[in-house]
Amino acid sequence: MNSTVVKTLALVFLMLCNPAFGKEAAPAAEDPVLEQRVTALSAELRCLVCQNQTIADSNAPLAIDLKNQVREKIKQGQSDSEIIDYMVARYGDFVLYRPPFKATTLVLWLGPLLLLATGLFTLFRKLARRRTVAETELSGAERERAATLLAADSETGKR
Amino acid sequence: MATETLNKTQVFLPLGIFAALVVLLGVGLTLNPREVPSPLIDKPAPHFELPQLHAPDKVFSEKDMLGKVWLLNVWASWCVACREEHPVLLDLARSGVVPIYGLNYKDERKDGIAWLQRLGDPYQLSAYDIKGMVGIDYGVYGVPETYVIDRRGVIRFKKIGVLTPAIVKQKILPLVNELNRG
Repeated sequence: MNSTVVKTLALVFLMLCNPAFGKEAAPAAEDPVLEQRVTALSAELRCLVCQNQTIADSNAPLAIDLKNQVREKIKQGQSDSEIIDYMVARYGDFVLYRPPFKATTLVLWLGPLLLLATGLFTLFRKLARRRTVAETELSGAERERAATLLAADSETGKR
Repeated sequence: MATETLNKTQVFLPLGIFAALVVLLGVGLTLNPREVPSPLIDKPAPHFELPQLHAPDKVFSEKDMLGKVWLLNVWASWCVACREEHPVLLDLARSGVVPIYGLNYKDERKDGIAWLQRLGDPYQLSAYDIKGMVGIDYGVYGVPETYVIDRRGVIRFKKIGVLTPAIVKQKILPLVNELNRG
């Protein structure tokens, strides 16, 4: 294939990828403020069917049901924390996309910090030890010996 | 310098840490991430009132079962794993040790009825939860799920996923016997 053909094909392909071919956006919600809260809360809740997604990201039937539940609860005037509590009462802490900070999750939250601290501590101790070795003071005799060695070296160096 | 002063701890400590990590991650691999501990264990079974699958005009509620040890099994005709579980439920129902009640979850009524007709019906009756709202109250997220509920209406055990003969023998039957005695 010559390069003009390739370029033309690429151009055609790119034109086909035009966002204009994308799907029509879902009809705007009746209440954008409400929808914003639904989305914000949904982003805090894990979809239990597809475990690494939030229910905001997921299209699993259960995620859609739960999103509807969130919307209903907001309409009933419940606060965000009431809705979160409602979910936790049914699905446990696992439903929270960001694990809560409590006794059972202490290792989860602090473990990495602890590992990092241990690593840094070991590293600095090693470096400090190396420095003290390098900076050891020479005794008078050693100093003299070093001086004669250096003198001898500079003489031979002159050639 | 470092190579000269390498002593036993310097060699074996990283090795030990590595081995511990391998064991930890190895055990992690054998765990099933779908089995999330339910917060409902030892809590009263959430209240519901649902039409029955076979008799839409009749209501079934968890309150009807107070005073009895029973199994609530969440199922659906579209659920492939339920088909796998079905013979185990039929066996358990035939043994008559514990009554099994179904929660037909987000299913079409005629599909559910046809499914039971074809494969056999292990349930005393099934409640019909088309919207899946009772499912949400019970924290259902993967059909099938099975709950053991005691005489006072408290959930004592929950199994997420397919009941195997081993689980029935090792977990459910001993628990049911214990609850019936106590």
